[in-house]
Amino acid sequence: MNAEPPPAAVVIGASVGAIEALSLLLPTLPAAYPLPVLVVVHVPPDRKSSLAELFATRCQIGVKEAEDKEAIGAGMVYFAPADYHLLVEPDFTISLSSDEPVLFSRPAIDVLFQSAADAYGDNLTGVVLTGASTDGALGLQAIGAAGGMTLVQTPDTAEGETMPRAALAACPTARALSLEEIATVLNTETLSMPR
Amino acid sequence: MKSAGAEIEALELRLLLEAIHEKSRYDFRGYSFASLKRRLGQARDRFSCASFSELQHRVLHDPKFVPLLLPYLTVQVSELFRDPSYFLALRTQVLPHLRTYPSLKVWVAGCSAGEELYSLAILFREEGLESRTIFYATDINTEALKRAEAGIYEIERIALFSENYRKAGGRTSLSDYYTAAYGSAKFDQTLRHRTVFSDHSLVSDSVFAEMHLVSCRNVLIYFNRELQDRAVGLFKDSLVRRGFLGIGAKESLRFNKEAEAFSEYCRPERIYQRT
Repeated sequence: MNAEPPPAAVVIGASVGAIEALSLLLPTLPAAYPLPVLVVVHVPPDRKSSLAELFATRCQIGVKEAEDKEAIGAGMVYFAPADYHLLVEPDFTISLSSDEPVLFSRPAIDVLFQSAADAYGDNLTGVVLTGASTDGALGLQAIGAAGGMTLVQTPDTAEGETMPRAALAACPTARALSLEEIATVLNTETLSMPR
Repeated sequence: MKSAGAEIEALELRLLLEAIHEKSRYDFRGYSFASLKRRLGQARDRFSCASFSELQHRVLHDPKFVPLLLPYLTVQVSELFRDPSYFLALRTQVLPHLRTYPSLKVWVAGCSAGEELYSLAILFREEGLESRTIFYATDINTEALKRAEAGIYEIERIALFSENYRKAGGRTSLSDYYTAAYGSAKFDQTLRHRTVFSDHSLVSDSVFAEMHLVSCRNVLIYFNRELQDRAVGLFKDSLVRRGFLGIGAKESLRFNKEAEAFSEYCRPERIYQRT
């Protein structure tokens, strides 16, 4: 009898400059990419987030907006909806929440990363991209502490340097990489994670 | 692999919820784990406890402690006319239908500090339905119910409320409904003259009878699937045939076992009709 391999996932956080950065990353993922990818981008609360629609047309991998209580499936990109936090439950389903904004943001990267670190442990890759706040730093730290892989966009190459710098300060073991290098890691190294 | 620390913390949290359930009438065991952990983590830090086990110890040994935890367990952040398009849809699509009834009952389930209630009361007044309507505003948190009854909000929030009101098709100015003083805005008390405030739990209490509209937004997301099934079952049993249920913009009956008791009435605004 084959034991079910433990699930693995990739989580990504981005803010100012997010669309350009994600446009270099997500389209590189093949249609058969075996991991789920959960993404928080800071978007204004009063706007319907059209990120999922935007990237669905640009990506080979499936893209959708995350829904409350849905099971997280492999090979799918899930975007947090505007004005809701996105969390991973221990049974690998999605919860949304309208709790207070964190660092003025809802959705917040820290909220996704910390809950995903609890659920996935060391089978998780966290990626902090461009942004102008410090959101994501504590979340990446939690992923590192749980034994996951931690990647940060090189601050010099990011439109917003603050977020990658804060992430590197909070998680000094994280690897600082260009977007092209992060794309390579996601397409090679994460594939050896159990799934 | 999950870390041993995370596994132990999850166990501690489950035991804490058991303790709260044993020592009070509150049962959070069916709530979404991840957001509950986040909020109880804030409580743990606020009360200078090193772990969930230490919080549990206080719950077991200090009878006054659970009420202090409650704001962390039930915090819901709302606004007057939050998601204005929802209220616009109620105004243009649901209220014309409700107008055909001689008397109306509206249940605001999980009303928290009352923002949703006052929004609906204003809407029903402007549409000429207030005098034939009774509102039931319920929550498990009695402190929140007191705030709902007082109808006092920080003045800083009023700009957002006014903007929402305008987008929701408001007929006058929101300032017609409150008086501002000492950094606060107090909503007109007559808006709640037809409201019954009541302590009610979607987890353990039973149905309210004969509702025409149930508005329960951004509450179900805090429940796991089983508890969502229970709550939606309550709404189903509470609603008259062809009564309406409004839920949050990102909530859905899709995964719910009671889904077939409802039809989509206004899909983008998550307004359902009891079939």
